[in-house]
Amino acid sequence: MAAITSLSDAVAQLVQDGDAVALEGFTHLIPFAAGHELIRQGKRGLTLIRLTPDLVYDQLIGAGAARKLVFSWGGNPGVGSLHRFRDAVENGWPVPLEIEEHTHAGMAAAWAAGASNLPFGVLRGYAGTDLARHTRVAWIRCPFTGEELAAVPALRPDVAIVHAQEADRRGNVQLWGIAGVQKEAVLAAARSIVTVERIVDELEGRPGGVILPSWVLDAVCCVPGGARPSYALGFYDRDNDFYVRWDAISRDRDAFRAWVERHVLGTRDHDEHLRLLGAGR
Amino acid sequence: MTAASSDEIMAVAAARMLQDGEVCFVGIGLPSLAANLARATHAPDLVLVYESGTIGAKPSAPPLSIGDGELAETADAIVSVPEMFAYWLQGARIDVGFLGAAQIDRFGNLNTTVIGSYARPRVRLPGAGGAPEIARSCARVLVILRQTPRAFVERLDFVTSVGARVEAVVTDIGVLEPEPERRELTLTALHPGATLEQAQANTGWPLRVAPELKTIDPPREVELQALRRLARAAPSTAIRT
Repeated sequence: MAAITSLSDAVAQLVQDGDAVALEGFTHLIPFAAGHELIRQGKRGLTLIRLTPDLVYDQLIGAGAARKLVFSWGGNPGVGSLHRFRDAVENGWPVPLEIEEHTHAGMAAAWAAGASNLPFGVLRGYAGTDLARHTRVAWIRCPFTGEELAAVPALRPDVAIVHAQEADRRGNVQLWGIAGVQKEAVLAAARSIVTVERIVDELEGRPGGVILPSWVLDAVCCVPGGARPSYALGFYDRDNDFYVRWDAISRDRDAFRAWVERHVLGTRDHDEHLRLLGAGR
Repeated sequence: MTAASSDEIMAVAAARMLQDGEVCFVGIGLPSLAANLARATHAPDLVLVYESGTIGAKPSAPPLSIGDGELAETADAIVSVPEMFAYWLQGARIDVGFLGAAQIDRFGNLNTTVIGSYARPRVRLPGAGGAPEIARSCARVLVILRQTPRAFVERLDFVTSVGARVEAVVTDIGVLEPEPERRELTLTALHPGATLEQAQANTGWPLRVAPELKTIDPPREVELQALRRLARAAPSTAIRT
């Protein structure tokens, strides 16, 4: 059964320094509030796992929380580079960052394998690319047809953190819209935290809704706006303007540090963070 | 209306390569703009598939990311990312893949990973994303990128995606297609106003040229109007006007 707790308690109890942590959410429902809480609590040495590092990992990497990144596409969608990610890979700032990179299809197969309690995922991919020489991939032969296929090691993080639209009072969670790999990440992880927009008496079935039963979760935290500046379908839109503005904030180390000091470390929680963001417009 | 820029001619030429009713796996940026232009003009039943899991998305403006809310709200179906790549892409349900790149070589292989060495990159690019499997699992692959000596290189710094299924490369100068024998990219058409010398000067290898070099029809007014409407509505413009 999931405990309904504050986000700060959930992060303090369930995430340790050095853990492998996956904050998933494919463009939609990115758990920014939880990412900021990891920064506030000064977590260090994390292995961060995510298909698209996005701004949330750019912030964690720039804040020095990560030792390793497992990912498949590290850009600011439609805008350009993730500058903190680039600075860490190109210059080792603020700390060296080990990378293990895959393709989206490879990561998706690795998540599905993790959720299935299998040691590896299998796909047609990687052949003929230089990625194959730089990442954890191996070749296996189909025992039935003889076809050569790529095998990727299953993802089994210590902690998965996702954001969803709602939970009921027992901690059952429902999310809808673009569902990414959140179900796989939660089922593949040893522990899990879900932040939600609201807690309701009873979940109302939604078309394409994904249910995460309370008994596969450890903590459920009510954090309205917890996916901002990404979005929560039915609640608020993606703040595309912030994604564009992040380019200038993150390009410069001092500007980035000032932003984190003021907007993350200088705020008590996500409510205060959002109020400050609103005020700064 | 002001004359079309070379970027606009490129987007129009790329859009024309998509046929009505086809199923197209769309990359963000120029591919998304061109695919949305096709849907707004000659191909209203083009099925747009974005890697976020949105199948049959019908956005009113090109999205900033592959997972914007409007894609989900207008999609025929939303599937998880593992399902998207396993059932739909690897399952060979997609007719045409539409990709961009930072570097391309004469066989249509693409680099979106690093400039410089992998261990100590001069420029760390975003990486693979969906591109390698799009490039190998779609029946045909279109590539759109600006033609410069830095992008059209003799040797890629990194092979992210294999070019074996590339059918055409649309640039701001013209169109390149693989010749059937060695599948080497060959200049087959120039945009109106572009020259062969310009194409050669912006290619980092001795460029093969088709014996009958065609000239692309200039953008029609209806195409240009639709393109400019889409570009204005987009949160970030992928093209220079």
